[in-house]
Amino acid sequence: MTTVVTANCQKCRFTDCVTVCPVACFHGDDEMLYIDNNVCIDCGACVPVCPVHAIFEEADLPEDMQMWVAINAERAPGLPSVTEKEDPLPGAEARKAELGY
Amino acid sequence: MSVLGSEEHPLKVAVVGSGPSGFYAAEALVRSGHTVRIDMFERLPAPFGLVRHGVAPDHPKLKEPIRVYDGIARNPQFRFFGNVTVGRDVTVDALRAAYHAVVFCSGAETDRRLGIPGEDLPGSHTATEFVGWYNGHPDYRDRSFDLGQEVAVIIGQGNVAIDVCRILAKTVDELKHTDIAEHALDALAESRIREIHLVGRRGPAQAKFTNKEFRELGELADCDPVVDPADLTLGPESLAELNERSGTVAKRNMEILQGFVARPSRACGRRVFLRFLLSPVELKGGGRLESVVFERNRLEGPAGQQAARGTGERLELPCGLLFRSIGYKGIAMPGLPFDAKQGVFPTRDGRILDDGGAVIPGLYASGWIKRGPTGIIGTNRADSVATVNALLADLPQLDTGPKPGADALSGLLAAGNRRVVSYADWLVIDQAEVDRGVAKGKPRAKFTRVEEMLGLLPVTTP
Repeated sequence: MTTVVTANCQKCRFTDCVTVCPVACFHGDDEMLYIDNNVCIDCGACVPVCPVHAIFEEADLPEDMQMWVAINAERAPGLPSVTEKEDPLPGAEARKAELGY
Repeated sequence: MSVLGSEEHPLKVAVVGSGPSGFYAAEALVRSGHTVRIDMFERLPAPFGLVRHGVAPDHPKLKEPIRVYDGIARNPQFRFFGNVTVGRDVTVDALRAAYHAVVFCSGAETDRRLGIPGEDLPGSHTATEFVGWYNGHPDYRDRSFDLGQEVAVIIGQGNVAIDVCRILAKTVDELKHTDIAEHALDALAESRIREIHLVGRRGPAQAKFTNKEFRELGELADCDPVVDPADLTLGPESLAELNERSGTVAKRNMEILQGFVARPSRACGRRVFLRFLLSPVELKGGGRLESVVFERNRLEGPAGQQAARGTGERLELPCGLLFRSIGYKGIAMPGLPFDAKQGVFPTRDGRILDDGGAVIPGLYASGWIKRGPTGIIGTNRADSVATVNALLADLPQLDTGPKPGADALSGLLAAGNRRVVSYADWLVIDQAEVDRGVAKGKPRAKFTRVEEMLGLLPVTTP
């Protein structure tokens, strides 16, 4: 079991998730955030706070998003840790509306 | 006088309580960019609050935030004062005099009552007592629960209710390699419980279970979940709720329930009955609990705001053991205002308010004592950051004189030969627990009495 960030985070990067992570398992590049599954405790606190529903527990991850498990696992450890709320990417609100949230 | 929060004039803050909200408040202060001195007060010798004494023993991953808290505690700006009860050993006024600010993170330590006849019959307990007992909380070490009964009822359908249910439902083999308290494991080994009823006043679409905890009920070695298929027929309002964006968790819970109905039943030693639309109206028994009387409910109101209303139809379920888990309340602190109805300190943006609704300078709250018993461990991180941000915004208005910190409290702390437990002391206790767990294949074997813990420590030298 793990918890993963998926494509909806791209172009948004709202970072609300990192404020409720009890173990600081989020890492990020300029595009989006990723979860380090070696650190994540699968508590699920981040799932409901994402404004664009980008985060899934693995058991709930739709079939066509399964690749994000490997992407999070590969990328997170090498990227800087993100533990405090940052400004979303420019255009994030428009992207959110486009996604229907 | 230099600026408060500078190296020459550090901001001195007392944090009361050592659970998640207390440690995240300390973390936010350490990261604030100011020079701070944080003294954390905890009434038990052991830190970490509900992560140690609340999180179920069979959920070890959820205890990993302790590693984060350990990192915070090792910061040179942080000191731990365990075995000190604020409000008794040290007054709120003494803390206010010794610190620039005090952040209360004392949690919600007591249960809401059902308010029905028979509630205090022997055999009727709070979930808090049982959780504290199996997790080795010293306050609940000597409670006993009649596990010789065959039927147990749990009132409430939140995650604490489900923890209680799972601990009752699991076999000793499923629990013995966890950090469950030894006395609890011994008692559970003799358990004769065969039926556990997990009872909610509203319908399955309104249950507060998280999906993961709910799924787990279907994954037990010797216990099957039982659901009445009729309960899964939903009204149009409930169906509408599931189709809302906010209904994702409930929708999955319904799928899980349908899965429970569909699966073939096994020959199990125990069964968990998931019961809906029932409110207890009376606990009956001659001298001890023998049955619970429920009133059947129906849902009333528009989607999203459906409330349970009694139908007048009653049913009686024989049971000898009952736990209520219908919400938690904080406990008042001598010297502080208290909202007895909500069981919280009255606050605005984390600032504690007096009875007239005015901010009391220098007093703050975070976690369950601030917002009530909602959210999970990580929710408290965001909450404590918000409270600390309010504190930092107030710096220009705080009493900016030099404050002595705990040095001014040494007389109070020494009173009655109280052995104050430092973080280094805690690490001695921690290591001893881990060491004695090894032989039993447990991550730790907890000490469950304050005297046992203090007995491991050298007598304080003055």
